[in-house]
Amino acid sequence: MSQGEILVTILGMALVVLLCRSAFMLTRDELPMPTWLREGLRYAPVAALTAVVAPELVLTQGHLITDWRDARVFGAAAGLAFYVWRPSLFGTIVCGTGVMLALRFGLGW
Amino acid sequence: MREGARDTLPIALGIASWGLVAGVAMAKSGMGVPLALLMSLVTYAGSAQIAALPLIAADAPIWVVWGTTLCVSLRFMAFSFHFRPFFSHLPLGRRIGISFLMGDTNFAVFAHRFPETEALPGVGYTDYFVGSAVVGFVFWQVAISIGILLGSGIPASWGLGFAGVMALLALTCTQLHTPSSWAAAVVAGCAAVAAYALPMKLNVVVAIAAAVAVGVLSERIASWRKGAMP
Repeated sequence: MSQGEILVTILGMALVVLLCRSAFMLTRDELPMPTWLREGLRYAPVAALTAVVAPELVLTQGHLITDWRDARVFGAAAGLAFYVWRPSLFGTIVCGTGVMLALRFGLGW
Repeated sequence: MREGARDTLPIALGIASWGLVAGVAMAKSGMGVPLALLMSLVTYAGSAQIAALPLIAADAPIWVVWGTTLCVSLRFMAFSFHFRPFFSHLPLGRRIGISFLMGDTNFAVFAHRFPETEALPGVGYTDYFVGSAVVGFVFWQVAISIGILLGSGIPASWGLGFAGVMALLALTCTQLHTPSSWAAAVVAGCAAVAAYALPMKLNVVVAIAAAVAVGVLSERIASWRKGAMP
């Protein structure tokens, strides 16, 4: 692609992303939507977060990990344990990443 | 506003490291520094940017890049749906501004602080959101710019991306209050892994659909149980 084409591509991307983000923000009218769907959609954001995280933790190059010695899984478990002990976001991030790095560089997992 | 900013600062480490990783990926794509900076400034969506890079490098047709961006960004509609009741009273310009700033982090921080699903009178939702979103935006843009400028000077083996994953994991934990939200999250996680082979991150859309179905079912079961008990 030429620089000009990339520029057009980028501007279009920006518009597409903004349209997705503003999809439910543009109109004020009552949304024609059945109650069951409204209730169900309440779970969509948490599903979106989980759906991004889960593959990052248990897949390598698109395949399920087969070796239990995977630094990421233990890092995530350590982070979760920290969160249960103390629900601090910063602590969870530092603890999980620290354990992952320690296993990767300390034990070579 | 200050409260929103303060609640977002703990996650800034995750935002910054993920931004750095995205910036390095952009630097390696070979589109040049000015366009890379412009792209992160106007799209402000890490996953969509990274998905577009190989397509641009491979000279794919523009509509393919836009189509991919659309698929990767569909999950933002979930956040849009959540925020709607809190901001629908604002003028259109401000609603679009808020939409531009929406992301995983400010959604999770906001929903944790305000668990209600309808806006209550007299609560400073907008101020809180803006405080939180601006902190996220600044950390992200600074980090991704550093990544773009330093490029391959930052080794991938630092595990920086993992800090971003841990940040998302922690944010997900803040959203799991009820058994049905647990069920929805587990189903979404399994579906996203099972459907990973789908192109253009459509596994995320599949996972959301599955979790919404489970959500509907569990609400039904809950109301049926309530009705059955005296």
